[in-house]
Amino acid sequence: MSVKLTEEMLSALPDARGHFGAYGGRFVSETLMDSLMTLEKEYLQMKKDPEFQAKFDKDLADYVGRPSPLYFAERLTRETGGAQIWLKREDLNHTGAHKVNNTIGQALLASFLGKKRIIAETGAGQHGVATATVCARLGLECHVFMGAEDVQRQSLNVYRMKLLGAQVHAVESGTRTLKDAMNDAMRDWVSHVDDTFYIIGTVAGPHPYPLLVRDFQSVIGRETRRQALDKTGKLPDALVACVGGGSNAIGMFYPFLGDETVEMYGVEAGGLGIETGQHAAPLCAGRPGVLHGNRTYLMEDENGQIAGTHSVSAGLDYPGVGPEHAWLKDIGRANYVSVTDDEALDGFRMLTRVEGIMPALETAHAVAYGVKKAAEMDKDQMLVINISGRGDKDIHTIAQLDGIEI
Amino acid sequence: MSRIQGVLKDLKDQGRKALIPYITAGDPHPDATVGLMHSLVEAGADIIELGVPFSDPMADGPVIQLACERALKHGTSLRQVIGMVKEFRKEDDKTPVVLMGYLNPMEAMGYEAFADAAADAGVDGILTVDLPPEEADDVAPLFARRKLDAIFLLAPTTIDERIRAIAEHSSGYVYYVSFKGVTGAAKINVDEVAAKVAHIHEMTALPVGVGFGIRDAETAAAVGRVSDGVIVGSVLVDTIARNQADTEELKRALTDLLHPMREALDSLAS
Repeated sequence: MSVKLTEEMLSALPDARGHFGAYGGRFVSETLMDSLMTLEKEYLQMKKDPEFQAKFDKDLADYVGRPSPLYFAERLTRETGGAQIWLKREDLNHTGAHKVNNTIGQALLASFLGKKRIIAETGAGQHGVATATVCARLGLECHVFMGAEDVQRQSLNVYRMKLLGAQVHAVESGTRTLKDAMNDAMRDWVSHVDDTFYIIGTVAGPHPYPLLVRDFQSVIGRETRRQALDKTGKLPDALVACVGGGSNAIGMFYPFLGDETVEMYGVEAGGLGIETGQHAAPLCAGRPGVLHGNRTYLMEDENGQIAGTHSVSAGLDYPGVGPEHAWLKDIGRANYVSVTDDEALDGFRMLTRVEGIMPALETAHAVAYGVKKAAEMDKDQMLVINISGRGDKDIHTIAQLDGIEI
Repeated sequence: MSRIQGVLKDLKDQGRKALIPYITAGDPHPDATVGLMHSLVEAGADIIELGVPFSDPMADGPVIQLACERALKHGTSLRQVIGMVKEFRKEDDKTPVVLMGYLNPMEAMGYEAFADAAADAGVDGILTVDLPPEEADDVAPLFARRKLDAIFLLAPTTIDERIRAIAEHSSGYVYYVSFKGVTGAAKINVDEVAAKVAHIHEMTALPVGVGFGIRDAETAAAVGRVSDGVIVGSVLVDTIARNQADTEELKRALTDLLHPMREALDSLAS
């Protein structure tokens, strides 16, 4: 990697208006500006508040079960025949994915701001479940917006949210997936701005969301860095994480950005193949534009209308991506690649069979690329795949693809 | 003086209030839009806000979301919308036209190309829902150089410091969003609007148009009494949705809606 990012450069981003280079910012209707500015001010104060940080760390330890293990996948490494493959086990978190790191943090912020009503958007349902979970714990009213198509393909998570006391709103507009859920969450927020806190699940959206979600998720990379040094005495040579909006990837990458020797690979959903247009890979095949409050890479047509996306995994089925990833791509610090639905399914089966770990279909994209990448690397090198979530929620989808009724 | 400023000044001199209807371009069909614009003028419109359809209209309620979907089904693009204004100008060089929409179609077209084409076609103002002045540093000068008025939103949640800053970036008029919500919701509180608009008037000399929640002569008059103009959107778009099949019938229905509002506003004239 040729780009050297110093502490100084990194701490200056995003800038005061939420920009990462040309990306990010705050592109929302005027009604929301005051809330976003208040949130930013309060968060920047709490970030420096040792009491807030201590409470956050305690919740991550006692409620989420952190630190999550960094596990050496010995058999997978042997079968691959390349670099040592290590797995960061975010799937072992309470609720089964990395999403809860962020909802714990944002719910703490909401309590501090005195907001009693929580809204969230969700694609695969993992963020919805993680939000419903913290709301149950704190006794907050919870509304989750979910595309009608996702409600169908992630019915298990829908039921989990309902059991946790959340109201799930099936969104019928547009393409009936994650982007439309985010539209409706924004519309709800504008309509209940006085008493409502919007817990955004990914590193996209208007400033300060990409900043605070990154900060809350960075625990992944901080732990990984420490664990790698403890267990192997060195830093990993490569990091691999899947990218929809990009929250688990930024959480893994961010603490390593200053470590020049560590290569980073964000894996987007290649769907039926980039060449078919049926995918969800804006960094690989999109261009910069403005959606959902930030400037970033988008999938859009020549007239600036947002394009429909396709992925076997609902959590990656999104036409945009976090602005910090857009910046990391442009400066060449991180690499963005894609794998197809079929490759991801192979990744799912391989990790399940060889290591007894069933990854979420989103995560399976990182597994598929990680294995491919490790095979090209030397045996004394070390590659970490972020296992962002577990696959229980996808069993129905897998069975259906296998033609099995369960 | 721009066309918008001229019209609003004349109205003010006459003690009258502006009636500003909104329709989504390309709805129900691209071929219908120019004709509908002329009908709006005949029914008493002072300024037209022409919506540029977008796939993800985050600030809009279901009525305008569906209008965008209908327009996009026919492939209505920003370039075509600008073409509609050009066509409209062949017969009407008096009524100001404001393009209202979201940023991404403009970004995709290229800001310079967009500003050139809009000015050339006879567009008078640009209102971009998801572009606060803080993000408009690059775009605003392109508009100003071509005498396109930049119209920004003010909301019930806008604090004084921002009201002043936004007004400074605005020209033509400022658009006050009457309540916290999306377009088409019916929750306007006239007393609250009156207080806030009076407060805005203390901070800027620009005319204040009020939109969101104006649906009939009564609400138009109530809001017109405390502002410089009323913007009427969802109720018109809903009428378009219910009369898609018959253009003549649709024009009559729009006129039936706007006429009483025009009369109610003019009855306020001192």
